[in-house]
Amino acid sequence: MTGAGTSVDCDVHAQVPNIGALLPYFDDYWREMIEVRGIEGFELVNYPPSSPLTCRPDWRGEDGTNGGDAAMAARHVLDERGVDIAIVNCLYGVQAIHDDYMAAAFAKAINDWLADKWLAQEPRFRASIVVPAQNPALAVAEIERRAGDPRFVQVLLLASGDLPLGRNVYWPIFEAAERHGLPIGIHAGSAYRNALTCNGWPSYHVEAYVDLTHALQGQVASLVTHGVFKKFPALKVVLVESGVSWLPAFLWRLSKFWHGVRIEAPWIDRPPAEIVREHFRLTLQPFDAPPSASIVQKVVEHVGSEDILLYASDYPHWHFDGDQTLPDGISELLRKKIYSANPLSTYRKIGEMS
Amino acid sequence: MARYVVASVDDIGIGERKLVDVRGRPVVVFNINGEFFALLDRCPHQGGSLCAGKMTGLVEAGAVGEFKYSRHGEIVRCPWHGWEFDVRTGKSYCNPERLRVRQFPVTLEAGAQVVEGPFVAETFQVTVEDKYVVIEA
Repeated sequence: MTGAGTSVDCDVHAQVPNIGALLPYFDDYWREMIEVRGIEGFELVNYPPSSPLTCRPDWRGEDGTNGGDAAMAARHVLDERGVDIAIVNCLYGVQAIHDDYMAAAFAKAINDWLADKWLAQEPRFRASIVVPAQNPALAVAEIERRAGDPRFVQVLLLASGDLPLGRNVYWPIFEAAERHGLPIGIHAGSAYRNALTCNGWPSYHVEAYVDLTHALQGQVASLVTHGVFKKFPALKVVLVESGVSWLPAFLWRLSKFWHGVRIEAPWIDRPPAEIVREHFRLTLQPFDAPPSASIVQKVVEHVGSEDILLYASDYPHWHFDGDQTLPDGISELLRKKIYSANPLSTYRKIGEMS
Repeated sequence: MARYVVASVDDIGIGERKLVDVRGRPVVVFNINGEFFALLDRCPHQGGSLCAGKMTGLVEAGAVGEFKYSRHGEIVRCPWHGWEFDVRTGKSYCNPERLRVRQFPVTLEAGAQVVEGPFVAETFQVTVEDKYVVIEA
């Protein structure tokens, strides 16, 4: 049950089956380079394709991919769940490539592959624009190339790249996104420019997985304190696959310390928690709270806004079993907002098209 | 409400402040270019002594990267956590309506008047020739 209005799944993943699938979308130079250099593909190790976390067993595709093709994904995330629209995020190694021009070529190829193999196959799908964030000028060029297509509704970045995202080298990306009405989606994951924790490299998967919230917190703090939302007041940022329960305590800290050190960055002229609640959105799944309705209720209360949570299945990642995507403890009214009103007010291009 | 004579005007030079005792309560008296203001010497956050805090100006920004500095010496920062309070109003910068330091009305009175009363001036000698800082509390 999704409630009233157009419902949107804000995080569905498409896996590039192999490098061959992308070849038609490169120009002659890059097609030859991929062959000559023996490039086999750039899967990020955030989600190693064969890791159990990367794909729920019942969502593994017949072609060996996690989640299968557009038709299979549509069946699971739309038909079976009664959801109307889904946003496809392709996590590929574009952001990790050290050659900016190669990264741009791969970003273009992936976006064209998405348009062809996912969006053209299934009219209920939308997609995020994959960009080479390591070179903001090239990232902007890719945004400009794709922004006119109403099916591309977001710009996709990773939680950890070269620098904190508030730094003004990234502002051209935010300027283009704001101008085209595209939210910035910051997806859990790293380009591995920096260690996954500020203490160095973790040794175990569980460390890397749990520590991701620190990267996301750092990006929220960076975007707020560098004044990105003062400069781009219409910009929205969606934290995708970020978890949620860490947010209230983090906002409390950020707002509390603002009292004492706001003179460093006087353009933060209101409590950071207020800025975050206005400009940030977070997706569910995964929802990182115990399976207790009363605890979930408290977390939602502490988040402090009914406008910031967005429905997501995170298909095909294995965060939950069965059919219940949302946890118990979410009111009927909030459920409707999470499925429909919140995504539609975040992704305005979806409403304009349908 | 009683009126307390807490200092001679000459005791607190321009830009200076003085901690006084009003009925057992610590009060800090500021002299901003000849205007006097009195605040309870207790930060509403956790009780830090504002008398021990740095005097600063108002820092604002119209845009990112801009540092607009005005009202030099009219803002006090609590020495414990750096929270800023407007000496003229007692209001905090970050939450002016809900977080403020208690302020006391201050008047300057001639010694001749102070001698006549009704004032409480127990702690020091009042002379007719001088001017005095009087706090209503």
